[in-house]
Amino acid sequence: MTTFLQQVVNGLSLGSIYAVFAIGCTLIFGVLNIVNLAQGAFFMVGAYLGLEIALLGLPLPLALVVALVGGGILGMASELLVFRVLRLRGGHKWMGLVASLALARLLVGIAQEVFGTAVHGYPPNPFTAIVWEIGGVRVQLLQIIVVITAVILMGILGFTLQKTSVGRAIRTVAFSEDVARIVGVEVGRTILITFFIAGALAGAAGVLLGLLFNVVSPFMGEHMLVKGLTVMILGGLGNIPGAVAGGFLLGLVEVFSVAYVSSAFRDAIGFGLIFLILLVKPTGLFSGFEERRA
Amino acid sequence: MMHARLTRLLIAATAISLAAAPALAADVKLGIVQSTSGGSAALYGTMQKNGAELAAAEINASGKLGDLKLVPVHQDDAGDRGQTVNIFQRLINQDKVTVIFGPTLTTSAFAADPIANAAKVPVIASSNTAPGVPAIGEYIFRTSAPEAAVFPGVLAYAVKRYQPKTAAQIYGIDDVLMKAAYGVHKAALDKAGIKVVATETFQKGDVDYSAQLTKIKAANPDIIVVGGLAEETANIVRQARQLGIPQSTVFLGANAAISTKLNDLAGPAAQGFLVGSGWFIDFDTPANKAFVEAYKAKYGNAPDTFAAQAHAAVTIFADAVKRAGGVSDPAKLRAAIADTKDLETVLGPFSFDKDREPVLVAKVLELKDGKFQLAQ
Repeated sequence: MTTFLQQVVNGLSLGSIYAVFAIGCTLIFGVLNIVNLAQGAFFMVGAYLGLEIALLGLPLPLALVVALVGGGILGMASELLVFRVLRLRGGHKWMGLVASLALARLLVGIAQEVFGTAVHGYPPNPFTAIVWEIGGVRVQLLQIIVVITAVILMGILGFTLQKTSVGRAIRTVAFSEDVARIVGVEVGRTILITFFIAGALAGAAGVLLGLLFNVVSPFMGEHMLVKGLTVMILGGLGNIPGAVAGGFLLGLVEVFSVAYVSSAFRDAIGFGLIFLILLVKPTGLFSGFEERRA
Repeated sequence: MMHARLTRLLIAATAISLAAAPALAADVKLGIVQSTSGGSAALYGTMQKNGAELAAAEINASGKLGDLKLVPVHQDDAGDRGQTVNIFQRLINQDKVTVIFGPTLTTSAFAADPIANAAKVPVIASSNTAPGVPAIGEYIFRTSAPEAAVFPGVLAYAVKRYQPKTAAQIYGIDDVLMKAAYGVHKAALDKAGIKVVATETFQKGDVDYSAQLTKIKAANPDIIVVGGLAEETANIVRQARQLGIPQSTVFLGANAAISTKLNDLAGPAAQGFLVGSGWFIDFDTPANKAFVEAYKAKYGNAPDTFAAQAHAAVTIFADAVKRAGGVSDPAKLRAAIADTKDLETVLGPFSFDKDREPVLVAKVLELKDGKFQLAQ
């Protein structure tokens, strides 16, 4: 039982990071029906930005804020330099996909040159040392902080989308760009904000993962991108509550496949889940929760 | 008329250049194929290039080879095996090198070494540790100790000091080197009569090992053997301690885990980590002390295992040249390299076994106070 609960803790902390990253991916899909493959690179840059702040000895919340803003700015840049240009020229959606992949490779290449290819860890901080043992289950303060931060970020996003004018604009564009234009929504600006939010979430997820697992490298984003896409499909493309649930679900599934099947099948089971969902419920596991996307 | 004169001139020129050739025979060209660019391979490659060039310069200065002069020709393959193949061909066919030191990566070795073997040009690798490299052919050697040459020594030390009865293993399942290391570890554990109570795997790019380690914790092993690179191993050790696997459960690692990164990333969690190596910076022999000093003086940083293994490779070659009485007969030279026996190198007394694998004393290292030190 102790081992089982410990695995639940392991799965939830991993899943919270998947969720934060995946809602960024799914938000863009929900609004524009495209996948931004550079999200993984924003995640990586966010982790490095946070690392640099932490190495300067500045407080961790500042590291998170810098990664949020940095990831957001990169997100906007990808819209302005890649997606918008392609849209204005009437490019096919696949072109955006390929161009965003190229952008990701570019950022990875730059990171390799600037930071080197070696893995870096965050400097020791007081949180890592604090561990509680409750009935044999070890919970780190850091895990709690990561999960709470993830939940807060998702809460802010939910509030923004549902209760603010920006959120209403985003939801309108998601429903239909034409309708949005008719009712006077500034479509270009709204899309830009969407990219900012998605990039910011990716950047934040980078800091959370870097902190929790002490691993920052130029290649970390590629791995995460695949997880993000998996979660998008699990939760239903463009479905934000679905991505939240899907993130936690994937974290738990991965951990439990190691715990009760074999560590050799960890990814096979995670990705096998995609096939299963696509066959059984192609709209995603959580498509019942919301009628409209975003 | 003009043509005849031109022809005669050409013949004369050819004759002169041919006649000049023996004068250059005093130069022995050493092909050094090490990656000095191209990601993490460059870390190992640069160290080896430096170590080999240092050894060549020392041998030339010592006058040990009489009027023969070692001339290193370095080529960077950028860690790309396609380039390694091209470079091998160029070095063998155009530069006419006598020997090749390298290549940096095992995958490059499998692609390019057969070319050298067919051309009867000896290759001495100093960083390839995967099984099967010298098996490519009669002309392929290595000074880099494979896992099988060092791990049994580490385990024997752990058994003596901690008397473990059970062990857990965790290794990178998608890495050829680590899969091989797993096999070596398993065989050594079985031979020592230590029961393996849990076997877990991970994949490249994984950062979260908590699920595997929670399982290992439940199995409560006396020691944990990790088949992983330095960065992976560091995080496995760190996460294990966070999950409450006590410091008294000692970790044993693969040779590839030897890196300052292990301590950088794992910190105090890695205290007592045991690993085996063919070389060690504080290895207390006159040859090694002189090497470390000379390396620091020439390159401004401390040498690592790869630099030492490359230095030893050139030392071994020079000794073989001396015993073979020159480099004109490739078969004789090859035999002389293969016959290397208890040669004093920076790695200690060095021999080749019948499979052209290195035979040397494994040094057991312990991570103590943030530094790898000889285990006492």
